[in-house]
Amino acid sequence: MKPAPFGYARAATLDDVFSLLAEHGDDAKILAGGQSLMATLNMRLSEPEILIDINRIDGLAGIEDTGDTIRIGAMTRHVDVEESDLVATHAPMIAAAMEHIAHPAIRNLGTFGGSIAFADPAAELPACAVALEATMHVAGKDGTRDITATDFFKGLYETALGEGEILTAVSVPKIAAGWKSGFMELARRHGDYAIIGLCAHLQFDGAKFSDTRLVFFNAGDRPVSAPQTAALLNGQSWSDALSEKLSASLKEELDPPDDLNADGPMRKHLAGVLVKRTLAPLAGA
Amino acid sequence: MDKNVDISLTVNGEKITKRVEARTNLVDFLRYEIGLTGSHVGCEHGVCGACTIRVDGRIVRGCLMAAAQADGADVWTIEGVTETGEIRALQDAFVERNALQCGFCTPGMLLTIAELMERKPDASRDEIREYISGNYCRCTGYQAIVDAVEMTRGTMGKMGASAGRKGASA
Repeated sequence: MKPAPFGYARAATLDDVFSLLAEHGDDAKILAGGQSLMATLNMRLSEPEILIDINRIDGLAGIEDTGDTIRIGAMTRHVDVEESDLVATHAPMIAAAMEHIAHPAIRNLGTFGGSIAFADPAAELPACAVALEATMHVAGKDGTRDITATDFFKGLYETALGEGEILTAVSVPKIAAGWKSGFMELARRHGDYAIIGLCAHLQFDGAKFSDTRLVFFNAGDRPVSAPQTAALLNGQSWSDALSEKLSASLKEELDPPDDLNADGPMRKHLAGVLVKRTLAPLAGA
Repeated sequence: MDKNVDISLTVNGEKITKRVEARTNLVDFLRYEIGLTGSHVGCEHGVCGACTIRVDGRIVRGCLMAAAQADGADVWTIEGVTETGEIRALQDAFVERNALQCGFCTPGMLLTIAELMERKPDASRDEIREYISGNYCRCTGYQAIVDAVEMTRGTMGKMGASAGRKGASA
């Protein structure tokens, strides 16, 4: 379908964005990469009065090494994250996730910040951000503030962004010595949204897990952490018995929804499959 | 509020200035305003890949980009890359391997594969399949398409520099 008519404003600065947002409020939508927005407009699921195009604002794109973190500008295209040596070295989970985000033509235009701010619970990057304890940098007309990834995602397509605020960058802590990251998702077709996916970030003490974070996507209305199951790993080495214990625990801890691709019980089962397939190789088993 | 936007861009090497409705997407702009009907419109929500267009050296979904966003851009369509001869070997291979029947997906397939051959000239069959996973073919199936790409593998990469590429290293 064709979208309903809308106005279009090209912001040159963040101040342009803030004044346009103040003027139009909820009738305005921010146009970043547009790879989700344009589809919803075409399907007339959304009919904003005006799109505020932030593609020409200087300084919103790029990946930099800030010492302890990698700072990824909100307007950085997925393809540039995918090809970044900094990301590959210091945030291997994100590097592994990139090829699963839709298809090349969509990754060429879609943005890192757009995917985070859209907060689709089936998307890869929000879950990566939570698992890696990333920090969201947000700006509004009254200044800037930082929000932790866990606090940022509030529900289905819902974030902690206030009225008139936009996401400007995300800082991802560099992976520390002794830590490993795993990423895996199950989808019927490469590039489709996952039936369920897992971001795992783990610290090892020799062959034993010492600190573990498990975050699932498409398992609820936002990225879903499984701290109880993760705690079972601490002090353990990988074994089949442990794997079964983890699967059983996930069935208690997770409450994934039913949809056309899978029902809740199937997703719970697949969560255990993902944990086994992701963690066993990381543990060298 | 003005729902029109003035844009100026290059299409297949030719400078174009037009006034467009803000809601016009890039592929409709190319088809209806410029008359370049080689880029096809399928699903109109970014799933099928029929509208694949090259913008500033990278392929995009023509249905998921507003024409207004293409202001100042260097746009190449299947007509342009055919004329420059950039993807000639690939087109010949498609014919030889019967890699199309109705041809609806073919322009999008060709532009997608041209980008793969530039980024990874030695792509394996699995990598070729992954790269075209966002391009639907509903008649030939993918086997013949992958066969055709394999025929040209390794020979395409150097050809890409001619038409609107910013260069693989950029």
